[in-house]
Amino acid sequence: MKKYLLSLAFILLIPTLSLAGEKSDDPMLTMVMVNQFELQLTGGDDLLVWGAEGWIGKDLNKFWLKSSGEYVDSKMENAEIQALYSRAIAPFWDLQLGWRHDIRPTPTRDWMTLGLKGLSPYFFDIDMALFVGDNGRTSARLQAEYEVMLTQRLILVPEIEMNLYGKNDPATGTGSGLSDIEAGLRLRYEVRREFAPYIGVNWTRMYGNTADYARDEGADVDDIQFLIGVRAWF
Amino acid sequence: MTRETYSSDIEKLFLPRRQFVKGVAMGGVLLGLGLAPWRSWAAADSVLSHPVLQGKNFNLKIAPQAVNYTGKKRFATAVNGSVPGPILRWREGDQVTLNVTNHLAESSSIHWHGMILPPGMDGVPDISFQGIAPGETFHYQFDVKQSGTFWYHSHSGFQEQTGLYGAIIIDPLEPEPFSYDRDYVVLLSDWSDEDPTDIYAKLKKMSGYYNFAERTAGDLARDIEQKGVARTWSDRSTWNKMRMSDRDLSDVTGSTYTFLMNGQTPAAGWTGLFKRGEKIRLRIINGSAMSFFDVRIPGLKMTVVAADGQNIEPVSVDEFRIGVAETYDVIVAPKDDRAYCLFAQALDRTGYARGTLTPDLALKADVPNFDPYPILTMQDMGMNMDMGNMAGGNGSMGNQSADMSQMKSTPDMSMSQTKMAGMSAAASGMKMLGAAGQGSQAEIVHVPTEFGPHVDARASDPQSRLDDPGVGLRNNGRRVLLYSDLYNLNPTVDQRDPEREIQLHLTGNMSRYMWSINGVKYADAEPLQFKYGERLRITFVNDTMMNHPMHLHGMWSELETGDGRRLPRKHTVIVQPGAKISYLVTADARGGWAFHCHLLYHMLGMFRKVIVS
Repeated sequence: MKKYLLSLAFILLIPTLSLAGEKSDDPMLTMVMVNQFELQLTGGDDLLVWGAEGWIGKDLNKFWLKSSGEYVDSKMENAEIQALYSRAIAPFWDLQLGWRHDIRPTPTRDWMTLGLKGLSPYFFDIDMALFVGDNGRTSARLQAEYEVMLTQRLILVPEIEMNLYGKNDPATGTGSGLSDIEAGLRLRYEVRREFAPYIGVNWTRMYGNTADYARDEGADVDDIQFLIGVRAWF
Repeated sequence: MTRETYSSDIEKLFLPRRQFVKGVAMGGVLLGLGLAPWRSWAAADSVLSHPVLQGKNFNLKIAPQAVNYTGKKRFATAVNGSVPGPILRWREGDQVTLNVTNHLAESSSIHWHGMILPPGMDGVPDISFQGIAPGETFHYQFDVKQSGTFWYHSHSGFQEQTGLYGAIIIDPLEPEPFSYDRDYVVLLSDWSDEDPTDIYAKLKKMSGYYNFAERTAGDLARDIEQKGVARTWSDRSTWNKMRMSDRDLSDVTGSTYTFLMNGQTPAAGWTGLFKRGEKIRLRIINGSAMSFFDVRIPGLKMTVVAADGQNIEPVSVDEFRIGVAETYDVIVAPKDDRAYCLFAQALDRTGYARGTLTPDLALKADVPNFDPYPILTMQDMGMNMDMGNMAGGNGSMGNQSADMSQMKSTPDMSMSQTKMAGMSAAASGMKMLGAAGQGSQAEIVHVPTEFGPHVDARASDPQSRLDDPGVGLRNNGRRVLLYSDLYNLNPTVDQRDPEREIQLHLTGNMSRYMWSINGVKYADAEPLQFKYGERLRITFVNDTMMNHPMHLHGMWSELETGDGRRLPRKHTVIVQPGAKISYLVTADARGGWAFHCHLLYHMLGMFRKVIVS
C-alpha cells in the first residue's frame, strides 16, 4: 500500500523534458514549511509542539509529507506523519491521498487518508481529511485558519482544529464521536517572509468518550496554554 | 491612523533596512567600466556617458560582469562589459552584421526587439535558431528596413533580468517630421540582487512573496468608518468570494528591485544636459523584466512623437504609462534655466527610476512623492461596472451601456454603433468582423481549456478600454497618454479589413503562479497558424488581474484605435486587467515567430509559436 502510493507519486512527478536547455515554466520545486514550532506553557509540564509540512513537485502534482506532534518532559506524547500524493483539482483546491501513521500514542495506528486542502471563499485556509484504518476504524479532521493582516508583517492567525472518530479505541484513548477541539490564536511578525516568531494562546478540550478516557488517566480534559514559537520555511 | 504609526515604528524596530531599494550612489558596473574601446565611437553629444556603437559591423560579447547597485557585489549579464549594453546606432537601408559571442557558461541569445527581419535572425532559441552555445559566435545579418527607437535583449532563460538589454537607434533615410537639438536614450530596467531562478521559485511557493501592500485590518476599519458595515461587506464580498486581492498590482516589486535609468540607481540618478530653449528628444525604453512605469517630468509637457519606434500624430501629455518592452519617443522643451526631474515611478508605487534634465550639473531637481497606491476595481476584474443597473439585460446590452457611458471620442462612438450591427448580424448567424480600426465585435468565448485548476478567473464582461489610462492613473488630474490617442502619422500600409479574427484569452492562476493562453501553456500548445498574406485581427481578452504586455515577433501589431487608415504600428501592446483589445496583423513574414507576454516570469507559459505559411 505504502510502496504503491510512493511509486505512484514519483511516476507522476517525473519532470517533463524541457526544450533545448530553456527554462521550464514548471520546474520541480521543494518547500519545507514549519508552521508551528512552539513551547506551550501549561500549569504542569511544558509542551514542545510542532506542526510541519513539506512537498516536492510541480504546479499541479506534488508529493507531500505532513507531521505534527508534541513532546512533554522530553518524551514524545503525540506524533503522526502523513505521506500524500497531492493533485490540484480546482483553482484553489488540492486533493490529497495517502497514508497516515500515528507514532504515538502506542499502539501505533495506520490510516488511509483522503484529504482536501485549499483556500475557501473569504480566504479561509482549509485542510480536511477522512481517515480509514484497520478493524473498521474511521476518523475525520477539520482544520481552518484565517490570516488577519494587522500590518504587512504583523499577522494575527485564529485557527481551529477538530477530530472525530467512528468508534472507540480504548488502547489509544480515543472515543467515538467528537473527540477534541483545539482553538488557537497566534500573532506572528514576519521578519522575513521565511521567518516569523510568534506568541499566542491555545485552548484544547476533549469530548465524549475521549474525555472519559482522559479522566480515567487522571488527565485534564480542557486546558489553556500560552505559547511562544517560530514559523519558518524555505 | 494610530495603528499605522505604531506599525511603521514596529517595522523600523524589527527591520532597519528600507523596503524600497534605492541603491547606492556610486553603483553600476565595476572595474573601471571596461568601456574604453567603445568610448571613442560615441556619437557626438547625443548621449551622455553611455557607450554607443555605430556602423554596419558590430562585435558583441556576452559575458558576466561584476556590478554593485545596492552595496552588494553581484554578477550581471553584460554586453561588452556594459549594463545596459551599448547603444547600437544603425541607419535605415543598411545591412548590419552583428557577431555575437557567448562567454557565459550557459546558452544565450540576442533578440532585436521590434525589428522586421528574416525569421532566422530573430534570436529566439528553439524558434529562430538553436541559441548561442557557450564559447560560440553567431553571425546575425539583416537589412534594416525601418527607423526609430528599438531595443535588444536576451531571449534565453532569465538573462534579461540580469542585465542583457540595450537600446537600438535607427536613423531614418527621410528627414524626421519633428526637430530636436538633443537626443537621449532613457532605458528603464529593474535589477534584483536575487537570482531570478529564486525569484521564480518564490513566486511559485508564495505568489504574494514580494507584495507588501496587501489590505490590512486598518484598511478594513477605515472602510467601515467611511462606508458603514453593510456597504463595506458588499464591496469586499466579490473579492473575498473570488479569493482575489485588489492590491495585486505586480508580482515582483521594489521590495527586491532597484529600478534603473540607463543603468543608474535612484540614489545616483541619470543626468541629461540641455541649454535653455533647446528641444530634447527622449527615447524612453522599458527594458524591465517585470515592471511597468508611469513617467512624467513635473513642470514639462511631453510631446509624444513615436510609439514603439513608429511616428504618431504628436500628442502633448503630462504623463504616460510604459509597459514592459514598449518604447515612446517624446520631445520636451524646457523654458527655464532649472533642473527637471525625469520621474518613472513603478506602477505599484514601490520604487522609481530617476533622472535629471538640467542646464548645469550643480542644479538638483526635487523628486516628486509617490502617487497613492493604486487599487484594482471590479472593472479590472473584467466585470462591467454598469451591469448592476441593467437588471434582466443580457451581457451584450450591458456592454453597450458601459461603452456609451465611457465613450469620449467619436471613433469609439462609431465602434459602439457598429457593435449594435454586429450583434444583430451574429444573431442571424452571419459572420461579421467589422471594419479595420473598429476593434472586435466577436462574442467573448471561454473555451473548455480555460476551465480547471490552472485558471483562477475568467472575465465575465471584458470591455475595450482604449481610453482608460489604467489603474493608478485614472482621474489623477494630469493629462495621461491613452492608447486612443495613438494615430499613425502615416497612412496604414495595408488598408484591407480583417479576413479572420483570432480571440486569445490571457489566463492564469495567480496563487499557483501559472500562466497560459486560452488555459494552455506553451509546453502543451500547438503553434498558431497564420496564412501567408492574410489580414488578421488578434483580439486579446485578459482574464487575469494583471497587465500583460503582449509582443508579436516579425510582424507589426497595428492597434485598432478607431481609424483604420491611421493604425499605429506597435510591437508590444498592453492588455489591461479584465479588458479586451484588438490589433491587425498582415501575415507577410513566412516562418516561425514568437508571440508572448513580455513579463519575464509569465512568458514561459504565456507564449505561443506562430507559423506563417
